[in-house]
Amino acid sequence: MLVRRARTWLPGLLLVTPSIVLIGVFVYGMLGWNFRVAMTDQHDAVSEGKFVGLQNFVDIWDLPRWHLSVNHAIMFTVVFVLGALLLGWLLAFLMEKGIRGEGTFRAIYLFPMAISFVATGIVWRWLMNSGTGERAVGLNRLFDWIGLPQWQWFRDPDWGMAAMALPAIWQMSGYVMALFLAGFRGVPEELREAARVDGCTEWGVYRHVVLPLLRPVTLSALIILGHISLKVFDLIVAVSGKQIITDVPAVFMWVAVFDSNDPAKGATIASYIVLSVAIFVIPYLVWSVRKERRS
Amino acid sequence: MTAVAGRRAAVFGWTKAGLLILFVFVFLIPIYVLLVTSFKPLTEADPGQAWNLPQTWTTEAWRVAWEKLAPGLWNSVLLAVPGSLLSCALGSMNGYVLSKWRFPGADVLFTLFLFGMFIPYQGVMIPLVQLLVWVDEQAGLQGVFYGGIPGLVLAHVVYGIPICTLIFRNYYVTIPDELIEASRVDGAGMLRAYWSVVLPVSAPAIAVVIIWQFTSLWNDFLFAVFLTGPTSWPTTVMLNNIAGAQATPYSQQMAAAILASVPTMVIYVVLGRFFMRGLMAGALKG
Repeated sequence: MLVRRARTWLPGLLLVTPSIVLIGVFVYGMLGWNFRVAMTDQHDAVSEGKFVGLQNFVDIWDLPRWHLSVNHAIMFTVVFVLGALLLGWLLAFLMEKGIRGEGTFRAIYLFPMAISFVATGIVWRWLMNSGTGERAVGLNRLFDWIGLPQWQWFRDPDWGMAAMALPAIWQMSGYVMALFLAGFRGVPEELREAARVDGCTEWGVYRHVVLPLLRPVTLSALIILGHISLKVFDLIVAVSGKQIITDVPAVFMWVAVFDSNDPAKGATIASYIVLSVAIFVIPYLVWSVRKERRS
Repeated sequence: MTAVAGRRAAVFGWTKAGLLILFVFVFLIPIYVLLVTSFKPLTEADPGQAWNLPQTWTTEAWRVAWEKLAPGLWNSVLLAVPGSLLSCALGSMNGYVLSKWRFPGADVLFTLFLFGMFIPYQGVMIPLVQLLVWVDEQAGLQGVFYGGIPGLVLAHVVYGIPICTLIFRNYYVTIPDELIEASRVDGAGMLRAYWSVVLPVSAPAIAVVIIWQFTSLWNDFLFAVFLTGPTSWPTTVMLNNIAGAQATPYSQQMAAAILASVPTMVIYVVLGRFFMRGLMAGALKG
């Protein structure tokens, strides 16, 4: 009996075995290996790599640059996630009831997704050029014409990372719009109608019927934007290179590996990036797989 | 009463349309800048004319940008074409098994796969570099896996397994089990059923996966910057180097950025429908 049952699933298992091995080695094996490197004193290419436990994870907090990059990542994440979420929601809300030329609007809002962060970064570096007065190009020149104050954009010591989030919002809000639009359209018309019959105003229908049903979509969008944000790398490099003023953990890690030749430090930073993502992605994955199995 | 309500609805409708059009202009600003700047001659590079249309249109910047970027574009083709085809093959087999030939623990395995989709690749980069260097040493090769395109393809195919499996699995779930059952009754085994029942109806999922993988491989910068060297730099790395050099005029930077984006933009315009589905799959909609 057992043998016969095994015969029905064994071929399937064999077929996915190559992928299981690859994921096992390249995802889980390497995450583990990276963590192991982070627990050694391999701070140069020739070092033996003695085990030092979590020392590197503690020591890194003594570096001012690490504090700076963490703060930058937090500010970038808050501005980018909220900005893309709000703009994406607004665009979907405006289109939700259907509008002439909807396909064209959607195509225009979405196309930045098809472009690489590097290409995006090049245009936005020009747009956010910090030159002022006669030397102003990009948005500063435009702001000058319409009477808005010029500012330093991503070179602003306090709010630079908020400016850095603008290209990312430009690139990702169309995606959020598509998610929300699918969410809006997924609300059955009968539910809205029933609420109207019960005397709900349009706003009441929106507030009590539509909004609660959008929660799963909002959560998905939040997870996707959040994990993009915490590992942001390409965009920062394309806009400002390795400058300290826009440093984030992913760029710091790159510098640690290639410029300082310090694998242990690089691995420590990488572990922190993984941890910051895993902390909210794992519960989300477990939750969504369970939910799918229930339905 | 109804007249007032009707007028209010009309005003609301116009406001919505107006806002949407305003946002179209905002979204197109970077595209205007890219195009206009790329056609300007060097003599019109002064900041005062930054937003103006070129007085004399020239393709000089495009020519130089093409010369500088061409090797990278070719490397990207060598990377993205085999990479997306391999990903597609693996994803299709995995998706088939995980939806139609489920074995004990398949759900747990699927969740473990999915986590691979969300890991920040920084977390595997140092061991990956070490492994590829080691493979090159063992095989007596130089610059094939570490510093070459094959290594980059390998990395993308492996880390693409989760998303490709997800897209195919979600698509295959919609194929009725009875079709597979019927072919089993006819004596077909797992592979036979895959070949004659599942694969012939897979075209939409194949399109979604190839487009998704092609776009991510083409646009990737992180793996490329860690794993490739000057002779194997794909488009993104070369583009970043061109734009990062102080001497490169804006017109060339913008022309290069457009050239680098042409393949994915064309795919987006022509096959946008499938592109959208890939995006939605990324949102884990079961």
